[in-house]
Amino acid sequence: MPVRVETYDRTEDAARALSSSRSARFLGGGTLVMRAVNAGDQSFDTIVRLRDPSFSTIRSEGDGYTVGAGVTMAAVAQSRDLAFLAPVARVVGGPAIRNMATVGGNLFATGNYGDFTVALLALGATVNLAGSSGRGIPIDDFLRDRERHATSLVLSVTVPRPREAGAFRFLKVSRVKPKGVSVMSIATYLPQSGGRVQGARVAYGSMAPHPVRATGVERALDGQALDAAAIDRAAAAATQGLNPPTDAIASGWYRTEVAGVHLKRLLAGERR
Amino acid sequence: MAKKPIQFHLNGSEKAIFVEEGQNLLDVIRRGVGDLTPKYGCGQGTCGTCTVLIDGKPHLSCLTLAETIEGRQVSTTGGLQRGAELHPLQKAFMEGFAAQCGYCTPGMLMAAKALLDKNPNPSRDEVVEAISGNICRCTGYEPIINAILEAAKAGGARRYG
Repeated sequence: MPVRVETYDRTEDAARALSSSRSARFLGGGTLVMRAVNAGDQSFDTIVRLRDPSFSTIRSEGDGYTVGAGVTMAAVAQSRDLAFLAPVARVVGGPAIRNMATVGGNLFATGNYGDFTVALLALGATVNLAGSSGRGIPIDDFLRDRERHATSLVLSVTVPRPREAGAFRFLKVSRVKPKGVSVMSIATYLPQSGGRVQGARVAYGSMAPHPVRATGVERALDGQALDAAAIDRAAAAATQGLNPPTDAIASGWYRTEVAGVHLKRLLAGERR
Repeated sequence: MAKKPIQFHLNGSEKAIFVEEGQNLLDVIRRGVGDLTPKYGCGQGTCGTCTVLIDGKPHLSCLTLAETIEGRQVSTTGGLQRGAELHPLQKAFMEGFAAQCGYCTPGMLMAAKALLDKNPNPSRDEVVEAISGNICRCTGYEPIINAILEAAKAGGARRYG
């Protein structure tokens, strides 16, 4: 097999190995990197591994949580602190995938994968890279420039705690139940003040090459009471500025047609 | 390519073996150790037929870098039966016609074992969730779900550890 594996115990060493080679990939849970190895991907020849237990810890910090990049979806689903993210982690893959797939890896998932990152985008998380002196990158900026960050080592993600229960909602739309790949995923964070939405963040997965904000929807909801009229206006703006991709799961046309329907159901709190 | 020595436990017995760099666990179990029970299906994490338990939890062996299992406990379908006696799940699968072509069966059995070890009396929904990462193209799933519920009802699945 044409790959070399480099294993490190210190994050600095792993980060250096990753940044010094354009043909190195970092191994998280293996669901992306080993998949590429099995498919004969020739774009990398080195796998970098890190054996640092702190890479897989969840810490409460200030008004949020810092989740190690090596934390698995199963660990998120079981975490008492991250209970608001459990419904998201539970719809990623099947049980075996959830025991392997990591928060850090999810940030780099392409195509119809990466639903967890959609939730992180709606919640306004920051991504902490090795060697960046403690200042995280807003996840919006990280995703916009994701390819460039592939040579950086993601250490953790800092997720703000939702200000009120129920302000954060998530929906994964798939054709196969209970486990299926995403037609789209939608995450909304709509904190309210005085009965009106203030600082709406709405994010989609599978509606662009990487998770994106639905700025039209956010504009339609900001400053409004979350009533039927506002929800209708939000649904009408569901795909504003977006050009959803066509792939094996759904066509761009279909995604455009149904995005407003699913968004409306999520906002209205309808269970499906 | 350098080979690396690793030690791990397969179905309770210790294995010491050289693995190639980048080799996945499934390949090591099949070609290296000679346990042919876990199957190679998609190699992409979609089908679940390579499912094995690592420290009691289901993992996809085709997506597990072999050298990461140093010192850990790996279980496959090959370790389910005791002598001539089949595991209660195997019996239920046989009696309930839960295997047709049989290619998904090793993964289904390990996913089901992980469930019953943790939750000896699962609901139907919990069974469906437990095998949601395993694809079967023959049975339509109903006989598999029923067999797992039967095995749970018959009890004794835990005795097999």
